[in-house]
Amino acid sequence: MPHRSRRMAETALQLVFVGPALLFFCLLVFVPFLMSSYYSLTDWNGVTSRVVWTGLDNFRQIFLHDDVFRTSFWFTARYTLATVLLANAVGFTLALMLTQPLKTRNWLRTVFFLPNVIAGLLLGFIWSFIFVKGFAAVGDWTGIGFFQLPWLGTAATAFWGMVIVSVWQMSGYLMVIYIAAILNMPRELTEAAKIDGAGRFQMLKSIIIPLVMPAFTVCLFLAISWSFKVFDLNLSLTKGGPFGSTESVALNIYKEAFQNNRYGLGTAKALVFFVIVAALTSLQVFYTKRKEVEI
Amino acid sequence: MDQAPKYTSRLFALEIAAILIALVFLVPFYFVVVNSVKGFGDLMRNAAGWPAAFRWDNYTKVWDIMQFPMAFMNSFVITFLANAGLIVISAMAAYRILRRPSRLNRVLFALFISAMVIPFQSIMIPLVQVASKTGLMDSRLGLVACYFGFGVSLNLFLYHGFMKSIPLEIEESAVVDGCTPFGVFWRIVFPLLKPMTITILLLNSLWIWNDFLLPLLVLHHADLRTIPLQTYSFFGQYTKQWDLALAGLVLGVAPMVAFFLMMQKHIIAGISAGAVKG
Repeated sequence: MPHRSRRMAETALQLVFVGPALLFFCLLVFVPFLMSSYYSLTDWNGVTSRVVWTGLDNFRQIFLHDDVFRTSFWFTARYTLATVLLANAVGFTLALMLTQPLKTRNWLRTVFFLPNVIAGLLLGFIWSFIFVKGFAAVGDWTGIGFFQLPWLGTAATAFWGMVIVSVWQMSGYLMVIYIAAILNMPRELTEAAKIDGAGRFQMLKSIIIPLVMPAFTVCLFLAISWSFKVFDLNLSLTKGGPFGSTESVALNIYKEAFQNNRYGLGTAKALVFFVIVAALTSLQVFYTKRKEVEI
Repeated sequence: MDQAPKYTSRLFALEIAAILIALVFLVPFYFVVVNSVKGFGDLMRNAAGWPAAFRWDNYTKVWDIMQFPMAFMNSFVITFLANAGLIVISAMAAYRILRRPSRLNRVLFALFISAMVIPFQSIMIPLVQVASKTGLMDSRLGLVACYFGFGVSLNLFLYHGFMKSIPLEIEESAVVDGCTPFGVFWRIVFPLLKPMTITILLLNSLWIWNDFLLPLLVLHHADLRTIPLQTYSFFGQYTKQWDLALAGLVLGVAPMVAFFLMMQKHIIAGISAGAVKG
């Protein structure tokens, strides 16, 4: 029967083309995600096969009694806010500078992007040296109080240490996106504004910023998503210290599961984390789409 | 542009300012490199200045302690295989899903795409369980398989978007000429995907080469460690020995910096294109 053999051929093609992607995706993303939802309602310790259903106890623990989680959440939120604002401000300023006809702009673009290609873990180690030894040396040499602070030794300096490194790392990436957006602006509009005698500030406020609005949305939410999920840099720069004051949510989840062996509680935290990240990301998509319609 | 813009004094001032900012960006690299060739005492006395004597043997020592060639090969093999596999499986799946938009395929596409919002940390705990049940733990190929799972959503999404611009007529005429479905994909469609393949290759490489948490969870045996893992364990043992630690960091950073300097045009173009679309 030709009809039937054609259907079989179609099924075979479907399996060969989509099958491998689907298999790996299901095994490593979909199944763990379902398991995560289940384990969050248990007291699983990751070692024994005894898993007791505990209902919403883990979530009650997280929201009502877990001060460490609350501290880490509060740190992550403040860190995200500071990093996102500063990294975007720096990235956008750099983009404005490097879209001018500077002689060295290709070199400069490379330099600003460079921190981004280095693993977060290694950046954290590099900067722990800079903060502890480098800043101290500069402080002795210049006598500037900023460099003589006990960097990474107090909650405030550790917080700003995290922010400084993240801004240094992210702003080059955001700059590249802003540059692309600025170069994509329709030339007629910018030329017309110049002919009409728009000043530099007016140009920025009324022409450039509205036209690169979609890039702002992309960059804001990219930065939010990176900062909120910070782990490698956190582990290598401050290890969450001093006294847990700079422990990110991701690091907290990791410790809960793999150091305290409370897998059930860890997965519950991971689920709360997922809901927040998913909400932020969906908001991004929604917001970007709305902006696109307006333009 | 009709005419080269005049190089005014304002532009010159801006150029100087931009160069100064760039130098500030580079200061951390100066500190790390210059101190990595100092003796320990020299480093402790003056961390900002030029070395009193160059101690290149810091590097030879670290090269051996870190087993750098081994870590490099591990990173390289894992990045290479994960890239190759990801490109094959996601290009094929994207092609089929786009050209046969059956109800099943539309559901699958939505599933792949919506999974992009799941942060890795929120599924890593059961992932370790799944990996040990299926024999993926403590093996480079197992880690590669994990990257297949975590990378496929984004890669499929990027290929899917790019393929829409490939005209159907080329494929139809190939079918008329008697080309098999595999022939159509591999000989005609896949070569046309080259620009997107390069972008995906670079984005995946930056991600996989620098990744730390997934290898930390999957690879435990010391012989399997990638560069970030090896740097991490090296730092644990040599916390206060900055002379060796910094040489180790320079070694760890060097391959990616070299790769970036070679490929920077493509990397930057890929990011710009990805962001405009995404």
